[in-house]
Amino acid sequence: MTDPAAPVVEMRGISIEFPGVKALDGVDFRMFPGEVHSLMGENGAGKSTLIKALTGVYGIDGGTISLEGTHVAFGGPAQAQAAGISTVYQEVNLLPNLSVAENIMLGREPRRFGAIDWRAMRRRSAALLQGLNLDIDPGSLLGDHSLAVQQLIAIARAIDVNAKVLILDEPTSSLDSDEVAELFRVIRSLKEQGVAILFVSHFLDQVYEICDRLTVLRNGKLVGEYLVEELLRIDLVQKMIGKELTALDDLEQRARSVVVDESDAATFVHASKLGRRGGIQPADLPIAAGEVVGLAGLLGSGRTEFARLLGGIDRADTGELAILGRVTRLRTPRQAISHRIAFSSENRRDEGIVGDLTVRDNIVLALQADRGWFRPIPKKRQDELTQSYIQALNIRPANPDALVRNLSGGNQQKVLLARWLAIAPRLLILDEPTRGIDIGAKAEIQKLVFTLAENGMSVLFISAELEEVLRLSHRVVVLRDRRVVADLENDGLTVDALLALIADGSVEADDTLLAASVVASDAAPPAASAPLAPTDHAPGGRA
Amino acid sequence: MTNLLDAPERPKRPSRGGGAADRGIGPGSGNRPDAAGGSRVARIGSGIRSLLTSPKYGPVIVTAVLFVAVFVIGGVRYRGFFSGQVFLNLLVDNSYLIVLAVGMTFVILTGGIDLSVGAVVALSGMIAASLLQTGWSPAVVIPLILVLTSVLGLLVGLMIHVFKVQPFIATLAAMFLARGLCYVISQNSISITDPTFVQLAIARIPLGGNLSITPSVIIAVAVVAVAVWVLHATRFGRTVYAIGGGEQSGLLMGLPVARTKVLVYVISGFCSGLAGVLFTFYTLSGYPLTAVGTELDAIAAVVIGGTLLTGGYGFVLGSVLGVLVLGVIQTIITFEGTLSSWWTKIFIGALLLVFIILQKVLTARRR
Repeated sequence: MTDPAAPVVEMRGISIEFPGVKALDGVDFRMFPGEVHSLMGENGAGKSTLIKALTGVYGIDGGTISLEGTHVAFGGPAQAQAAGISTVYQEVNLLPNLSVAENIMLGREPRRFGAIDWRAMRRRSAALLQGLNLDIDPGSLLGDHSLAVQQLIAIARAIDVNAKVLILDEPTSSLDSDEVAELFRVIRSLKEQGVAILFVSHFLDQVYEICDRLTVLRNGKLVGEYLVEELLRIDLVQKMIGKELTALDDLEQRARSVVVDESDAATFVHASKLGRRGGIQPADLPIAAGEVVGLAGLLGSGRTEFARLLGGIDRADTGELAILGRVTRLRTPRQAISHRIAFSSENRRDEGIVGDLTVRDNIVLALQADRGWFRPIPKKRQDELTQSYIQALNIRPANPDALVRNLSGGNQQKVLLARWLAIAPRLLILDEPTRGIDIGAKAEIQKLVFTLAENGMSVLFISAELEEVLRLSHRVVVLRDRRVVADLENDGLTVDALLALIADGSVEADDTLLAASVVASDAAPPAASAPLAPTDHAPGGRA
Repeated sequence: MTNLLDAPERPKRPSRGGGAADRGIGPGSGNRPDAAGGSRVARIGSGIRSLLTSPKYGPVIVTAVLFVAVFVIGGVRYRGFFSGQVFLNLLVDNSYLIVLAVGMTFVILTGGIDLSVGAVVALSGMIAASLLQTGWSPAVVIPLILVLTSVLGLLVGLMIHVFKVQPFIATLAAMFLARGLCYVISQNSISITDPTFVQLAIARIPLGGNLSITPSVIIAVAVVAVAVWVLHATRFGRTVYAIGGGEQSGLLMGLPVARTKVLVYVISGFCSGLAGVLFTFYTLSGYPLTAVGTELDAIAAVVIGGTLLTGGYGFVLGSVLGVLVLGVIQTIITFEGTLSSWWTKIFIGALLLVFIILQKVLTARRR
């Protein structure tokens, strides 16, 4: 941040067009050695596109790119990498069928006499992993590790190239706070070595913690470049959104006022001792109509696994599920759908959208499947549906014929939501619906959840962001180590209290109000429930 | 930092080679070793189980066990089955199929398929027979065939890569082309009388103790050795696996995906040409209708040898085992004497089905 005279990367007037979408329009962007630079913007602002232009994945339709003063035009990521620009993408792009060592070293394996020197490769990758404080066997298959670990391996891979420029596209979206701290330690040491780092994240806290400079994009256009210390958060958000941000404040107000009328709220689903070996310990969960239940817990706490049982994705091997009082076995997602239970996966790319289909096809997919393929939805009805959801959810570009893979992450998420809303679900399970998307779209999705709940839909909401869970949920279920450790009314709950529960399952002593509302789950280990005041599951409330 | 490692506990032992033995990935995360370290037997037991359910090694091990089992059954049932020469004859009779399976392994590892290999075998036999008949020297004919079939493979590869044609369709087209060209050369069988070819056909290389092999076996073994080395120890080979694991990821990792994808079809073309030459050593003639359906034998051998049809997992040596399994079934049916040789096909079909189901079950178990 010393002398802005010699940027290592300088992009000028970059324009890129996709069929039907002007992704970038005359954008300038520069990076300085030894600086962490953040690229900020809403979904569809063009952040990912700009990164892919820099790394040669996309050819540019206009403008120039220079690296250390010389013009460059990379034909692909290999050339960019050779020139010292390496990237860790938002989605882990590694190879599950190869070993960890190979995933780190592939493309630049140490060789002896023309053959790959496996021993040297293992040694070097082990040293690299050790440098990241990761206890991973380099010989193990990548596919056997969790997504978070794979992400760290991807970063290890990027660090191994003697990078001048390191691009981290949403590296923290699947990391917990310890992992983030670890990543930041690595980023700082790389910064000291003079590496220019591009850090893209939707977590403002993280941006303000680690970044020196930021560039804001909006709708494919440059808004401006700022020093982080000179830009207030509220100003940054306004620049990103391009309008006064009142949506989130609105929500705060409504969250307090909307309370489920418990007297006539019927329980829609009631899971009793529902569990699956290796996934989630048997647990109870009633969800009333019109209720938003948040699942809070770390990655791997069993929150996704539990949701998958309710959505019929995985089969439960213990316990039972009652829908409107009738015990039902969900064997397939199809059965769940016919009971009007929709499950929207956290893995948008692989388990959500169909990239090669249009927005329209993606939206009508679930509805069509539910009707059966021999009763096609009339074209006119499809168009109406699509138009109404594009408008209601503000999907951009507002083109029903655009291929979904050309949409930004947030808009893909909205298409996915539209698909499930089209079947008019009575229980909507949203697993990390706001991960990796910007504040604007986040607020829209949160608002939508409210409206849906007000109209009587039950929502099971999973998010790594506790603030979000608290803002939206009427009730919060806390999971840890594949167990439900608490089931709390969201009445004066705080993030700190939730964190304490997630961390060690105990509620702080001074928070008596909280402790009283904790429902001791049968499945909770005795040690964890000991400090709680075990109250009976009040049947009058919800059951 | 270790708590983020969701992956199950793995025993720490120094690893060697692929590190197969120490990949203690149990299907459940619950099997943490006790403070005492767990019992040794249990550890070995779970080690074997994880090896068997590994998508990488499981199917190959099953095939190896199957081969040994069938061989032992044959040895128990028939006199004279349990001899070294019976085993060596498996190689002698199937050397061309081994070479074909090697090429096919490269293609299938990338997630592709090559249906043209059988027709290319016939075509190279026809080219050899007709050129030798007009007096060309084998020293010219054999290299020419290898170049021509490699070029055909190159064209197929380019078609797949540049025009994004499905490998199934592109190689189907190449299959019809090659088969058609056979008839253009001649509608009838052409016998080969060239002394070099005849010499290669009848030559026996003694291994001592009444055992012998043919030059074709040496060539096939050499091809296998080179293929193992290429796949295991070169960047090209690892890129082949990478494409099977995820083409898009490979691209983003900066690997030469395009070049590699084209090259595997060149390799398959080359192997088909070479297999054709080996086949003419075996039959001493060229005939347009030879090797009909051989591509399917090669695919069956590769799949039985443990290569996943979707790519990414598999070994050349597994494919060799696959060929040997097919060969040993054929031999048993010959020894049985009363069964028609078409029973081989039925057994192969059944075996293939079992193997594909086995692959599914084994890999699903890990989830």
